[in-house]
Amino acid sequence: MAALGREKMKQLEAQYKKILADYIVNQTEKNLYIAQNFTRQLIQKNISPEDVISIHKNAIAEIFPDRMNEAQPAYDFLIEVMVHYGMAHREHQSLLQKQAEYEMEMKIATSIQKALLKTHIPKLSTVDIGMLSVPARKMNGDYVHFFYHRDDYLSVAVTDVVGKGVPAALCMSMVKYGLETLEYAYKEPSYVLEVINRVIEKGVDDSMFVSMFYGCLDTQRNMFSYASAGHEPALHYNAKQDQFVALEAKGLLLGVLPNTKYTYQEVILEDNDIITMMTDGVTEFRGNDHLNSRQIITSVIRDNKYLSAQQLCQLLYREIEKIHGFDLSDDFTVVILKK
Amino acid sequence: MASKSSVEIITEWDIVAARQLGRNEAKALGFGTVDQARITTAISELARNIYLYANIGRIEIERVDTETEKKIVVTATDQGPGIHDIRKVMEEGYSTSGGVGAGLPGVKRLMDSLEVQSVIGEGTTIRAEKWLR
Ligand SMILES: Nc1ncnc2c1ncn2[C@@H]1O[C@H](COP(=O)(O)OP(=O)(O)OP(=O)(O)O)[C@@H](O)[C@H]1O
Ligand SMILES: [Mg+2]
Repeated sequence: MAALGREKMKQLEAQYKKILADYIVNQTEKNLYIAQNFTRQLIQKNISPEDVISIHKNAIAEIFPDRMNEAQPAYDFLIEVMVHYGMAHREHQSLLQKQAEYEMEMKIATSIQKALLKTHIPKLSTVDIGMLSVPARKMNGDYVHFFYHRDDYLSVAVTDVVGKGVPAALCMSMVKYGLETLEYAYKEPSYVLEVINRVIEKGVDDSMFVSMFYGCLDTQRNMFSYASAGHEPALHYNAKQDQFVALEAKGLLLGVLPNTKYTYQEVILEDNDIITMMTDGVTEFRGNDHLNSRQIITSVIRDNKYLSAQQLCQLLYREIEKIHGFDLSDDFTVVILKK
Repeated sequence: MASKSSVEIITEWDIVAARQLGRNEAKALGFGTVDQARITTAISELARNIYLYANIGRIEIERVDTETEKKIVVTATDQGPGIHDIRKVMEEGYSTSGGVGAGLPGVKRLMDSLEVQSVIGEGTTIRAEKWLR
């Protein structure tokens, strides 16, 4: 912070003296209002408290020259005291500047994360795919990744980082790159979870955990195989029986232990069946515990099963948003597959 | 013309002596009351650090008064433990008193320049200047 030049300081002193002298004579509210505006200027010019005392002292010395003998030491004492307030004031100012820099960086980081973790929803002739992910705050702690091979295989990873903000976003980038190195192994859900578990366990802070539901649809055999690492179960709507079955699979969260094993299960998908995968932002109603989230989700899907997968995702979001009073406290992610 | 004088910092009262010396020199060079107070406060912080962290050391005040240059140079030296992470110490809000603007970043702002040299186990030298404009 550059000190104000001597000339500028003299100018301020002259202005201050005039405002003070006017006040001493008239003592009106208008005088004080003018003083307030002047103070605003002082602050804008970064004049520190000890300088203000000094300006005041000099003004008094000119207005009441004969009183200065007694008052001088008291003013000098006050200047001494105010130097410390000045230090605190300047620190505050430089912290504010730092904060503005951080905010700028945060903004850039957010847009990088958005670009980095953008999910491309594939279009296949054999299965209708819908996906919607809405972050509660600036950075999304949920992530969806698709793999496919022609129209024959479709795999999907639905992930949720336990934790929020920047650390969660960084961790998610690792999950993404872990998934991308899988190449041809993407058809085996338990293997995928084991690999990603090792990536996270090695690379990320101990306090960082990730839940993942991983499913692979073989459209030739109509087989959906899946595994889960501490994630919300998916829902399978069996169209023929008009029934929902929870696709539960036990498995530890990713990143807890290095050599965790995961098991996978299989289920046959018939025509018009619907698989719904989601994060806990969809199922958890904080403060509304009496509501049964499963019932709400299943009835939305059953009542609207003729909509496209994407339309179903959007409708589900609107319904749940309504229940939360349009203020979701968690990241919301849903993926729907329709045979 | 340049003149040097110094104060050994051994007891807490030597901090007062260092302040007094600094104020006298600043005044003699022609600094106004406010800058005298700033220079003195900076000296006080440096001397207090010596007293607290190195036990003993020295504050040297140099008054430079030539045609082209008028400044006060404060040099604090000690053979104490040294400062581990100078960069961190110069960061805002790191000092133990935290958030009141004191400590070395505060000294830097009171003065016009601040240079810290420190070797672990050998000691610390801090040089601060203030120019008369
Ligand atoms: N002369 C020195 N020798 C060794 N260590 C020092 C010395 N001066 C400072 N330090 C180290 O640097 C740290 C920061 O010093 P600084 O004066 O900025 O803050 P502080 O003394 O901790 O708190 P404050 O001065 O605000 O009361 C100190 O805590 C101390 O560890
Ligand atoms: Mg200190």
